[in-house]
Amino acid sequence: MMTPQQLSEFADQICPMHVIFDASGRITSAGPTLRKLRPDYDWVGQDFFDIIAVSRPRWVRSVDDMLRSAGVKLHMNFASDPQTGLKGVLAPLPAGGGFLNMSFGISVLEAVRDYDLTSADFSPTDLTIEMLYLVEAKSAAMEASRQLNMRLQGAKIAAEEQAFTDTLTGLKNRRALDHVLSRMIDSGKEFALMHVDLDYFKQVNDTMGHAAGDAVLQRVAQVLIDCTREVDTAVRVGGDEFILLLDGLTDAETLERIANRLIECLEEPVPFEGKLCRISASAGTSLAKEAKPRDATTLIHQADLALYAAKNAGRGQHLFYQPNMEMMG
Amino acid sequence: MHGLINRAIQAFVTDTYGADRWKSVMDLAGLGFVEFEAMLMYPDDQSFKVLAAMETVLDRPLAEMLEDMGTFLVSNPQAEALRRLLRFGGVDYVEFLYSLDDLPDRARLAVADLHLPTLELIEQAPGQFELICAQGLPGYSNVMMGILRAMADDYGDLVILDHAGIRDDADIISITHVESQFAEGRSFSLGAHSL
Repeated sequence: MMTPQQLSEFADQICPMHVIFDASGRITSAGPTLRKLRPDYDWVGQDFFDIIAVSRPRWVRSVDDMLRSAGVKLHMNFASDPQTGLKGVLAPLPAGGGFLNMSFGISVLEAVRDYDLTSADFSPTDLTIEMLYLVEAKSAAMEASRQLNMRLQGAKIAAEEQAFTDTLTGLKNRRALDHVLSRMIDSGKEFALMHVDLDYFKQVNDTMGHAAGDAVLQRVAQVLIDCTREVDTAVRVGGDEFILLLDGLTDAETLERIANRLIECLEEPVPFEGKLCRISASAGTSLAKEAKPRDATTLIHQADLALYAAKNAGRGQHLFYQPNMEMMG
Repeated sequence: MHGLINRAIQAFVTDTYGADRWKSVMDLAGLGFVEFEAMLMYPDDQSFKVLAAMETVLDRPLAEMLEDMGTFLVSNPQAEALRRLLRFGGVDYVEFLYSLDDLPDRARLAVADLHLPTLELIEQAPGQFELICAQGLPGYSNVMMGILRAMADDYGDLVILDHAGIRDDADIISITHVESQFAEGRSFSLGAHSL
């Protein structure tokens, strides 16, 4: 039969976090790693419950309860700060008292840091070192993946932005128009669709070159942005054609004012390499009101008819769609 | 080849020779990009093109550069995570050497699609070892040589390393462990990065 001394030495080897206590709850042996967690304590001779508090199962309150808990998983923590969590299992000893083997459980990450534990503090069969390795390896791999995800996300946003943007003017493009228009129709809000077509742009392109034409288009884009609000959408739908979606705006007088100001601004000559480029613009507007048909094709068609009528009426003008324009078209 | 390996090559060249030289290497390799992503896979031939371009642009034997890369991976602060993961292998250098048998499995635990060739350590006499580096990753034994050397410094041990030829298609590194704690190694605290 093993002496208590032999048992203690044996347990130090196999279970570095063990506690042996007698029938009265007095500690007779504590493993080296456990002693390292509270180096100031004497351990041997102290009452178990003075050092360790059992939190679960709740009915474990005394030494006898502890002994009755044999085989049950115990949740414990240090009574003093830091109240490091411990888990363990107890086996009663034939001579009375019990043998309690403990480990850190999930609190091991904090414990390793708080107590500066090393490999030597864990039993060679303990998987803690492997777990710490895994946590660190996985965190590093996860961080690399996270950064890749962020870069991909950024690239995706940039690609989407690019897919919806006209590269020359920075305005939205035709694809974006379909998107925004169907969203506005679905939302049920009222809005105006203004089709703007440049006059005399072809002459600028033909006589002064494409570079001049590009400069004019960029200037037009600036005017369209300046004459509308942030909630509105300005789209370049063709070479010298633009569509404005004016959110929540169906008041004829206001729209007339915006269109006239727009045409006026566009008629201001654009300087290019010492010369002046002169253009004008015609515009036609259709209104998306609740009572009216609300589909994209109809709205664009109506604005087209109004634009056509404005061109026929002598350019540099703005007209609203009227049902009688259908006959003329 | 796994992005982590390509990324390691990139980090080594950029840190040692500068970002401009890396760009020259990648221009010569002609892959159409400059930066590797650590968490993506690349066709093997792209990596080989980069290695060939490194030899031309940096004008040094590849074997020598790969060994320096192994050292870089352990000793450079940028790659601290890798040094720590290697240190988890053992409390002393000899234990670390034995942990190399598990290295490919450990690598796969961390990153499932990272496949490293098998390593096998044979103790021939006390302090005398052979590390057998299986084929599958050209230059692997050169990189391992650099890693073994830098890890010896990390533990503060004195070792003599040598390429001992090829046996059954595997590269052999001979390791003579001369002295433990020959110099002061670098500290390693288990909990330093765990949270």
